[in-house]
Amino acid sequence: MKMTQIRKYEELFFRVVMFLATSLILFSLCMIIYSILKYGLPAVSWSMISQLPKGGFYFGKEGGILNAILGSLYLAIGATIIAFLIGFPVSLFINIHMYKFRKLVSSIRFMLDVMWGIPSIVYGAFGFSVMLFLGMRSSLLAGMLTVTLFIIPVMIRSIDEVMKTVPVGLLESALSLGSTKSEISYKVYFKQCISGITTAMLLSFGRAIGDAASVLFTTGYTDNLPTSLTQPTATLPLAIFFQLSSPIEEVKQRAYASAVILTVIILIISLVSRVSSRSYHKHKIK
Amino acid sequence: MVIALAFSMLLPILLGIGLYLKSAPLLKDQSLFQILFSTSWKPLSGHFGLAPFIISSLWVTIIALILAGPICLLSAIHLTQYAKPIVLRIMHPVIDILAGIPSVIFGVWGVLVIVPWVGDFIGPIFDKQITGYSILSGGIVLAVMIIPFILNILIEVFRTIPEELTEVTLSLGATRWMVIKHVLLKKAFPGIVSAFSLGLSRAFGETIAVLMVVGNVTQIPTGALQPGYPLPALIANNYGEMLSIPMYDSALMLAALVLLVIVILFNVVSRWLIHRLEKNIG
Repeated sequence: MKMTQIRKYEELFFRVVMFLATSLILFSLCMIIYSILKYGLPAVSWSMISQLPKGGFYFGKEGGILNAILGSLYLAIGATIIAFLIGFPVSLFINIHMYKFRKLVSSIRFMLDVMWGIPSIVYGAFGFSVMLFLGMRSSLLAGMLTVTLFIIPVMIRSIDEVMKTVPVGLLESALSLGSTKSEISYKVYFKQCISGITTAMLLSFGRAIGDAASVLFTTGYTDNLPTSLTQPTATLPLAIFFQLSSPIEEVKQRAYASAVILTVIILIISLVSRVSSRSYHKHKIK
Repeated sequence: MVIALAFSMLLPILLGIGLYLKSAPLLKDQSLFQILFSTSWKPLSGHFGLAPFIISSLWVTIIALILAGPICLLSAIHLTQYAKPIVLRIMHPVIDILAGIPSVIFGVWGVLVIVPWVGDFIGPIFDKQITGYSILSGGIVLAVMIIPFILNILIEVFRTIPEELTEVTLSLGATRWMVIKHVLLKKAFPGIVSAFSLGLSRAFGETIAVLMVVGNVTQIPTGALQPGYPLPALIANNYGEMLSIPMYDSALMLAALVLLVIVILFNVVSRWLIHRLEKNIG
């Protein structure tokens, strides 16, 4: 066989393998969603979503996981709002005020990327030790703050990525017209980035609602709905986790059903963020 | 703004100090060396050897990387060099959704699909009666979890390689595959290494999904089909009882500190490589 022939076959071989690799990734996502739905959907019922767990729920009696669904939402919404309040000014600051200090900004970004990589269980352990130090009990507030720490790097970096795409000319022309940096921040950059900010918030929210390791120590678990920030709260990932470790088949079924609920929430978030990043182009200058 | 920035910058240091303060009592009692390399874990008699957990973590992480690495590399080359734009348009949301799925969902999937599969198919191949709750199951689940992260970075890495390089080589009469094999892979090598080490650090810290499928038996695993007990699982599983046994909480916080240090180390090195790569090209 000629050399060129061999090369051709080699290329063909690798093209097939590469195609298979890509298909395998697509396939594994489909398989995950399929198997969750297959096992979970039969067990999903309205009472699951709308009721609190009644006595003996974890032994297969009646009730639902409304406490976990709402608890997760409270926790994730609270954490996202706090993280936004901290993260948004930071990203504005490094993009507008520190505009001249390129090196410093890039090392800040570097630090944030590193923080993004810290495992959530470490944040959980840290939150727990701080909680003990302050003499707090496990509560919604403690969980919220821990999750906030965990999603701040995500929040800052994703807003920052959007702000990086704002043309520098816009900043310069606004400055030359005599506007202050704060005016630029909130009147120009905010409008330019609003869709990106929504996406960043949804991304952080998704991470907040799905994470189990950081709330394991800090929010506790309860069958009731929290009525104040100092009460323990149930969360959806933990509800799945606890129900799945039960030996009773009925309860395991509910874990699958809860997994369906969480998956649906995540898919909705992903869908909304996809739509939101396409719309809101009204103020956008390209 | 400044306060918020300072606070976020100090966060990793705060994490380190907080965990160190909590683990200090144990470190005063026993040397760090002794704890990290001792294999005996008997909290009741004050033996806190972390070695079984660290070795389990390494096993799971390395298996995940061996499985995910080649798939990501091949797929990244496919997506950036060969695929039509429509394929990339399909794969982008796939990668995003895969990255967004909570780890507990991966855990449920692992329990439902991977664990029985490993128990029923892989076990008999090696003539072993196993439940399927093993290091291999943990590795497989982890591999799927870290694919989106590695793939995302690899795609970026291949994109930063200038188009001219490919064009020049092609004009010399090379085939597309030869360009990839001889030019792109060499040029992208630091990026590939750092993508893998980022994936590694992510795999190392992953908790719930691994905890659910890996079996959690305190022993030094000698094969992939045995159950293991990774470091994050240790922390997550024992938080309930750690206040009742002396030094237990210190040991667990030390485990968290070890985790933090390892992950930060890997992150810093690999991010630094990527930053340098981007600077060289851009």
